[in-house]
Amino acid sequence: MLQIEDLWVDVHGKEVLKGIDLEIGKGETHCLFGRNGSGKTTLLMTIMGFEGYEVKHGKIVFKGEDITHMPLNERARLGLGLSFQRPPTLRGVKLRDMLRLCGNGSDVGVQLALEYGFEAFLDREVNLGFSGGEIKKSELLQLLSQNPDLTLLDEPESGVDVENLNVIGDMIRRLLEKDKHRNRTKSGLIITHTGFILNYVTADRGHVMLDGKLVCHGNPIDIFERIQQNGYEECAKCQF
Amino acid sequence: MSVLDTIHTNEEELLKQFKPADEAQVVKDLSELDEEERLRLKRTGVDLDAQNRLGTFLQTNCGVVSCSCDVQGVEMLPITEALKKYDGLKDYYWRLIDPNKDAFTKETREHLDNGYFIRAKAGQKVVYPLQTCLYIRNDKVAQRVHNIVVAEEGSELHIITGCTTHPHLTSGLHIGISEFYVKKGAKLIFTMVHNWAEEVYVRPRTAIVVEEGGTFLSNYVSLKGVKSVQAFPTCTLKGKGAIARFNSVIVAPEGSHIDTGSRIILEAPETRGEIISRTISYGGHIVARGHLVGKAPEIKAHLECQGLMLAEKGVIHAIPELEAHVADVDMSHEAAVGKIAKEEIEYLMARGLSEEEATSTIVRGFLNVKIEGLPKELDEELQQAVEECHKGM
Repeated sequence: MLQIEDLWVDVHGKEVLKGIDLEIGKGETHCLFGRNGSGKTTLLMTIMGFEGYEVKHGKIVFKGEDITHMPLNERARLGLGLSFQRPPTLRGVKLRDMLRLCGNGSDVGVQLALEYGFEAFLDREVNLGFSGGEIKKSELLQLLSQNPDLTLLDEPESGVDVENLNVIGDMIRRLLEKDKHRNRTKSGLIITHTGFILNYVTADRGHVMLDGKLVCHGNPIDIFERIQQNGYEECAKCQF
Repeated sequence: MSVLDTIHTNEEELLKQFKPADEAQVVKDLSELDEEERLRLKRTGVDLDAQNRLGTFLQTNCGVVSCSCDVQGVEMLPITEALKKYDGLKDYYWRLIDPNKDAFTKETREHLDNGYFIRAKAGQKVVYPLQTCLYIRNDKVAQRVHNIVVAEEGSELHIITGCTTHPHLTSGLHIGISEFYVKKGAKLIFTMVHNWAEEVYVRPRTAIVVEEGGTFLSNYVSLKGVKSVQAFPTCTLKGKGAIARFNSVIVAPEGSHIDTGSRIILEAPETRGEIISRTISYGGHIVARGHLVGKAPEIKAHLECQGLMLAEKGVIHAIPELEAHVADVDMSHEAAVGKIAKEEIEYLMARGLSEEEATSTIVRGFLNVKIEGLPKELDEELQQAVEECHKGM
């Protein structure tokens, strides 16, 4: 699904990613751990293709196509999707219309909003006055409408209360076809600090980012436990 | 030269450039208007074939072509007739606006072409809107209009006014004096759509007074090019608990100078005022004014001026003013002018929209001011006009 080879990325002239190699197979979910500022979000933003993330070296291949210099919206159409951690407010644009835009005119997102008890938000302006949890739900509904093959999730559990974690977890499971045990086609890359999301979504592989490099790879739950016990530095020293 | 100076051309000089409307061609009957003209009127909010408009007033140049109203309890007359019938309308005519205010008020006082008088009798609630249209049909004509609207105690009235020019005409001058009276517990919704041409000068002079418990809602939409508009309607909330709200949606293409805004004077306790304007410059000059004057305790008023610059040229000058005369007032404003935020465009592009589609979506949203009581077809026309004006740039 996704192959990243020796990726070096600058942001505002500062070197942030320093030689990333990463491969995510069809139907796989990977987790990305790491301190604030280690480069996790930069990796997601670079894969998606936002302006300001300058690829100095290396390449990104998605579904067999080199997308390293492909425009943002073409990547989205090819099957990449990203949930924003702090999305902007779109004044005058209703969530109902946004969901249709994401779904290329389809009503799937609106139907799901009803299913998840989010109908009161359909006629509200996108993200205007939404709480942390509401933003996450709105983002995930947009992604469910968009139906990407590889979903990039930046801290999907941050700012969400325990009650709503269930709902968020369920939406992510749906996005990543977690109920399918065979022939799963959807893949995911999830940044998590708290690891809470691992209680809801099983991940196949975990990676630790330290200062722009992926320093450790392995079973996500094992990695997360080691980070909790020993911190990121120790985790970096350990080689699975 | 500042953007303010470009709008204020010499008033007397301006008047001399145009010939009086009473010297221009006269239209006797609606049937004289061709399909193209009817379409133009429709796109300005005036539908001559609509079933859901209960009254229509149409003035072309100086002549009233149509003035009919089917609602009992609502009176609609050309102002010249109303002045005769009601002995000069002494309680209403030039009572809110000083005829000596400027060259345009003087001109209209001395050379009145016509205008409308609309009165909803006490307790009369009109469900569907009445429509009025001030139409300049010939080139280089100065149209001088005086309108009076009276919503008597407990009545409700919605008026849609479309002001436009012949599809093939480029220049004209429109002077419109409007005096509106909203009596105790009454509600007046006034929606005005401007659809002028590149060399048309527009000088409305409007004043409104609202009595106890009354409500005045004004919607103003101008999406097409115009040489210059200068307007500053003033609404005085005279009675306890009165409410006024002004919404404006203004788009200025290159070559347009639009200096407009609203003033609400909150004179009585517990009155509420709100001014919301959304302006877009595609190279034109816009002055977006707003002035709230709090003169009584326990009033609440808010002002919002949002401007979007969508071309390298052009000016948006937002002038929000708050003026409190007593301590116990709650008045606020927010003003923001700038280009579309890159992150908003990228947010939509990450969902698969092209840059152009993303920009259109944001512009449509920006102009999407909730206009209460707007008929569906006019709302659709506006959406389409927004779309077109965006594509055309």
